Amino acid sequence: MSEINLAKLKPAIEKFVPLGRSGLMPALHAAQNLYGWLPEPVAAEIARTLRIPLADVHGVIEFYSMYYNQPTGKNVIRVCTDPACALRDADGILNRHCEKHGLKPHQTHPELDLTIEPSPCLGLCDLAPAVLTTRGDLALEDFNADNAYRPESIVGGSLRLLTKNCGGDETTSLDKYGGYAALEKTKAMSREEVVNEIKASGLVGRGGAAFPTGIKWEGALKAESDAKYVICNADESEPGTFKDRILMLDDPHLMIEGMCIAAYAIGASKGYIYIRGEYPYIVPVLENAVNEAKAAGYLEGFDVEIRVGAGAYICGEETALFESIEGKRGFPRVKPPFPTTHGVFGKPTVINNVETLSNVPLIVSMGSAEYRKIGTEKSPGPKLFCVSGDVEKPGVYEVAFGATLREVLEMAGGVTGGKALKSVLFGGAAGAFATSEHLDVKMTFEDLRSVGLPLGSGVVMVFDETRDMRDVLKRLGHFFAHESCGKCYPCQMGTRRQMEILDRVAEGKILKEDFIRLQDVGWTMTDASLCGLGQTAASAVLSAMKLWPEIFVEGQKSKVS
Amino acid sequence: MTVTFIMDGKEITVEDGKTILDAARENGIDIPTICWHEATTANGLCRMCVVEVEGWRTLQPSCIVPAGAGMKVQTRSEKVVRARKTILEMLASTMDLSDAPEVLTMMDEYGASHERFPDAKRRESEIKDDNPMYIRDYSKCLLCWRCVQVCADDAQYTYAINFEGRGFETQIGTFFDKPIPETTCVLCGQCVGVCPTGALKPKRQFLLETGMSPQEISVLNTGRKRRKS
Repeated sequence: MSEINLAKLKPAIEKFVPLGRSGLMPALHAAQNLYGWLPEPVAAEIARTLRIPLADVHGVIEFYSMYYNQPTGKNVIRVCTDPACALRDADGILNRHCEKHGLKPHQTHPELDLTIEPSPCLGLCDLAPAVLTTRGDLALEDFNADNAYRPESIVGGSLRLLTKNCGGDETTSLDKYGGYAALEKTKAMSREEVVNEIKASGLVGRGGAAFPTGIKWEGALKAESDAKYVICNADESEPGTFKDRILMLDDPHLMIEGMCIAAYAIGASKGYIYIRGEYPYIVPVLENAVNEAKAAGYLEGFDVEIRVGAGAYICGEETALFESIEGKRGFPRVKPPFPTTHGVFGKPTVINNVETLSNVPLIVSMGSAEYRKIGTEKSPGPKLFCVSGDVEKPGVYEVAFGATLREVLEMAGGVTGGKALKSVLFGGAAGAFATSEHLDVKMTFEDLRSVGLPLGSGVVMVFDETRDMRDVLKRLGHFFAHESCGKCYPCQMGTRRQMEILDRVAEGKILKEDFIRLQDVGWTMTDASLCGLGQTAASAVLSAMKLWPEIFVEGQKSKVS
Repeated sequence: MTVTFIMDGKEITVEDGKTILDAARENGIDIPTICWHEATTANGLCRMCVVEVEGWRTLQPSCIVPAGAGMKVQTRSEKVVRARKTILEMLASTMDLSDAPEVLTMMDEYGASHERFPDAKRRESEIKDDNPMYIRDYSKCLLCWRCVQVCADDAQYTYAINFEGRGFETQIGTFFDKPIPETTCVLCGQCVGVCPTGALKPKRQFLLETGMSPQEISVLNTGRKRRKS
């Protein structure tokens, strides 16, 4: 390692020194951009420069799957092998890339120009099969826009409120967006009036947990503190979810205006957009939008910083996301205390999903009463559904809450090739399976809950009659085992044991009592895990066990090779 | 100030701010714990101390959740017992519990099987014998975090150890797996003192267990730095 030149590192990481520990992930990204990976002397220099214990720096590198402390290629080809991409021959694509370059999965070319990896969901499910080859573009300041990859998606539906500027081939500029009129309107209101307006709208979080947004804001407004924060959770990582990618790429000002309104409402002077590491091509889009907003004077007294994750589904969990911003491993915290009083850096924090924040300017512009006319009484507003898998036109569809699954599937052109529907994975990997019996259920929080389906992040992943659900389940099992943070025992070991049993199910090598074993592991994770990841890691599996108990029983022959 | 609540059908009054676990122990109700230790910050990792609280969606870690007025707590409901038994069985399928008598006792009590999970991947690791004071055998580590905590803000502020990997693959480790003498470790021994499973063990005890006599150990001079040849 004597050839590693540390001289170029200092100028690249110096600007992160004032951030202290919180500067660790930006510094690691910058360093990895320079060296292609994070060799020991580089990690040690970062630790010394930012005054962070060596072991802690190593612990952080080890936690995030997009940081490498072994020699790694300058370019990394990441092939998504999660369910939606698997339907489009993801395994074949991975194999062909490997054969072409003479590498095995996870292997690096001896000249360090290429590494090939299977990857968890890349958030490109509508464009499956997805491959991401953007390594080297992670450090924000060096992002080369010419290399930027801009996925173009189908955006449809019966409403175009959240998506009115989405679906084109370019990002909506501030000029085209037309200025932050809703923010101007809120500034003529008191903070309490803004919070009350959001409460009155009935808006609940669109990231999966469906917590009332106004209640969050009220908690943070009432909390007394010298500093408060607004965070946009753009760590969209739930397999099957890609709506936030489209909102950010096509109309970033809607969400940033939402952040500004939240900041005004609670009295925050600092904001973060935490975007997943798998979306490097969105980072310059957000930077540009923030700069436009700054130049137009909308960010006076509210500084917005973009933070990039590094490959960890768990960081979409709000408290793990705080830890990540603070420069730590993404371990979720014990709640209570809740973010509204003890959020990032222990200060009152409002953290909302991209789609949630994008609703805010709408509510302010049209007024909560008008907004409530959309959707149902208990689930007001517009909703984005991410339709993927075996449909003719995968994409994001905006509807009012209350549309049925059948209607949304029709918008997406129905099941591919006119085949019959086998099932729909609802709400994501952490969701549950629906069947054709559920086609006429209204997609609202209350209607779905009554049939035991979670709305989650709006995932509608479709499987036709020819699909073998064992393969889908196997991939969900691998996903959760890969993404468990390892903090609490039920999830740390349970995701692994669940994966092993699902592998046996897929291979037709079921052992006696695997059914009950899988149930005990599943319910133990659901009941006893520390955070939402573990509590939902068995959700889809347990729902499949109810729908298709026969596939978990000994003696079943597998169709999966 | 005190709070009164119901635990296993019995009315209990404790000082405000006490956890459900504190309250149980003050009242002779047994709730098992693995990661909890009086000297370290409770993190609610092992989930062995979970209890069922009426009206709450998930089981709650009694080591963290304060007793609340009017709460109805069950410490041995069906859900609680299933979770504890399954956690123990997963532990047995994952690590070497031979030096963890407390966990073995819990397994007996909950009727947990050592062979519940066949064909299960175990966490196995070579013994790390790299310093004169203690050995590290992470095949016996159940990731209670106590060692990392006492090495850091809970006691010593030395920060010699942290985590490697993630999820099931998590292990305690040093910066780039450096031997202990090349880290900030000051050989204070606090990590060894709080280890519940023999994953961290005094070198002398380790050598005695391998069958060496005290005389044989004494001539090893393990307490002194070896001269480089």
